[in-house]
Amino acid sequence: MNIIVCIKQVPDTTDVRIDPETNTLIRSGVASIINPFDMYAIEEAIRLKEKFGGRVTVLTMGPPQAEEALREAVSLGADEVILVSDRAFAGSDTWATSYTLSRSIHKIGDYDLVICGKQAIDGDTAQVGPGISSHLDIPQITYVKKIEEVNLGPENKHMRAERMTEEGYEIIESPMPCLITVVKEINEPRLPSLKGKMRAKKAEIKKWEAKDLDLDPDLIGLNGSPTKVVKIFTPPPRKKGQILEGDAAEISQKLVGLLKNEVI
Amino acid sequence: MDYLLTEEQIMIRDLARQIAKEKIRPVAAQYDVEGTFPWDIVKVLSDSDLFGIYIEEKYGGTGGGSMDLVIATEELSKACGGISLALAATALGTYPIILFGSDEQKQKYLPDIAKGKKLAAFALTEAGAGSDAAAVATTAAKKGDHYVLNGTKQWITNGGEAEVYTVVASVDRSKGARGAATFIVEKGTEGFEFGKKEDKMGIRASATRELVFTDCKIPKENLLGKEGMGFIVAMKTFDQSRPGVASQALGIAQGALDLTVGYVKERRQFGKSISSFQGVQFMLADMATEIEAARALIYACARMIDAGVKKVSKDSAIAKVFASDMAMKVTTDCVQLFGGYGYMRDYPIEKYMRDAKITQIYEGTNQIQRGIIANALLKEKAA
Repeated sequence: MNIIVCIKQVPDTTDVRIDPETNTLIRSGVASIINPFDMYAIEEAIRLKEKFGGRVTVLTMGPPQAEEALREAVSLGADEVILVSDRAFAGSDTWATSYTLSRSIHKIGDYDLVICGKQAIDGDTAQVGPGISSHLDIPQITYVKKIEEVNLGPENKHMRAERMTEEGYEIIESPMPCLITVVKEINEPRLPSLKGKMRAKKAEIKKWEAKDLDLDPDLIGLNGSPTKVVKIFTPPPRKKGQILEGDAAEISQKLVGLLKNEVI
Repeated sequence: MDYLLTEEQIMIRDLARQIAKEKIRPVAAQYDVEGTFPWDIVKVLSDSDLFGIYIEEKYGGTGGGSMDLVIATEELSKACGGISLALAATALGTYPIILFGSDEQKQKYLPDIAKGKKLAAFALTEAGAGSDAAAVATTAAKKGDHYVLNGTKQWITNGGEAEVYTVVASVDRSKGARGAATFIVEKGTEGFEFGKKEDKMGIRASATRELVFTDCKIPKENLLGKEGMGFIVAMKTFDQSRPGVASQALGIAQGALDLTVGYVKERRQFGKSISSFQGVQFMLADMATEIEAARALIYACARMIDAGVKKVSKDSAIAKVFASDMAMKVTTDCVQLFGGYGYMRDYPIEKYMRDAKITQIYEGTNQIQRGIIANALLKEKAA
């Protein structure tokens, strides 16, 4: 079973601050980590590989320093890692990013499953995974919390998964290859091993630029991005609530008065 | 202080630190109360390859030595001085095989130990033979192609949980220390049972148990070295392992100080943080100084061992004495700085004080260590 995992390097938001002037993240001095939801994606891929054999390829699109995230993926058990990086990709929105990643996956070729985290903790859009499946024209199951069954064929290759919803979960069956995005309920990611870390240090990172991929130049980078960011701002903090005191009758009277005078 | 660790040692440190923080710290108090063996953490340690850090690559380890083990033990002990023993006591039980085992014995036992599939334990102490290691009363009688073991070992760390035991027994009691030999005994061997599990003051996540041998037949291939070498095997093993106990003490002290620095910054009395009082600051500074001195001593000693220096008894005894006495003092002072809260079991600090105490006692009491140091001193002068 050959699996491709798409990951993103993000700032460690546990210690990130917002610049009050520009309303953007202050990134300097903030450590970069693998997007936490992608850790579950890597773990699930490694578990499937341990069960069914095959290869795990981890793919990321990002600046050169994203190499660090890929080395960590090797330490966790990835067989091959690929960094898709080019100035031409700068300014990509989720559409252009998912297009570029889909072309990279197309180039990798032989795969049964693509796994993404449900969303990245910096952008929080949850669009790149579904975007990739659309560009590749393969089925998708989002918010997977459990893979119930994998049938690798030779005929009727398919998988069945539990997909988390707000009320509970749905069971969805999909032919393979397909794409899934995973939630944190799916597993508990392992820690790296010492031998994994040593392997990661020496691991060869494949680097692909725009020219290495069969791309439509109009669909990449800022030009290929239909999203235009007009303004970013921090929502104003919620005003402090008011606690009414007294017995039930008094409180309800006060409340009605407040609603009449200040709200309606 | 920067000790100029190798890249690999930095990886070991970071990995052990991560395991301590994410996996051990959240469960340390629970294991301390329940006194059960932390198999879930052992699984994490084995998956992370830490059981192989002091074992040669050809036997499945990562080829490091004493220094690597010291670094890992220190980091793990910061979170729990009991749980870290699953690794450190396995190393103690494995050193006799590393130091005196034949290639066949190493091939047979080391790969599983390096993978963490099997834990090991070292068994010397008996009811009547502790500091006086030559008084071992467990006997091993040679009968044809096997030995027959009889006797009871006491207070064996990892006892009952380990699969591989290195056991010191007497093949000829009339010869005293010269009549001892060391054997590898596997769990499950007929005539090998486990006795009482001890209820301890500290290191409660570590198993301490009796080993009972009743006409226990073991193949003669399980003899380590030669008959009569048992005492030497034990002494050489301790020379290697003392920096390990010392680093357990070091980790316990550092873990306690880290918690204490956090606490004194938060605790307010007389309208200000108690960390603003010079009396408190001086205590913190003294603790940090002594911890750093112990670390420098332990690292120097471990590096000496790894460099192959032959005579290390005195220096490893110095490291063990200094670090364990330091840990007792530091953890006592940490409890003091926590005040009344420090004495309460709701707070994590008193556990450090209880855990520290054993490091002054086991693997040779600090009095025995001082004897070793003094003996070496006097011999050096005579020469």
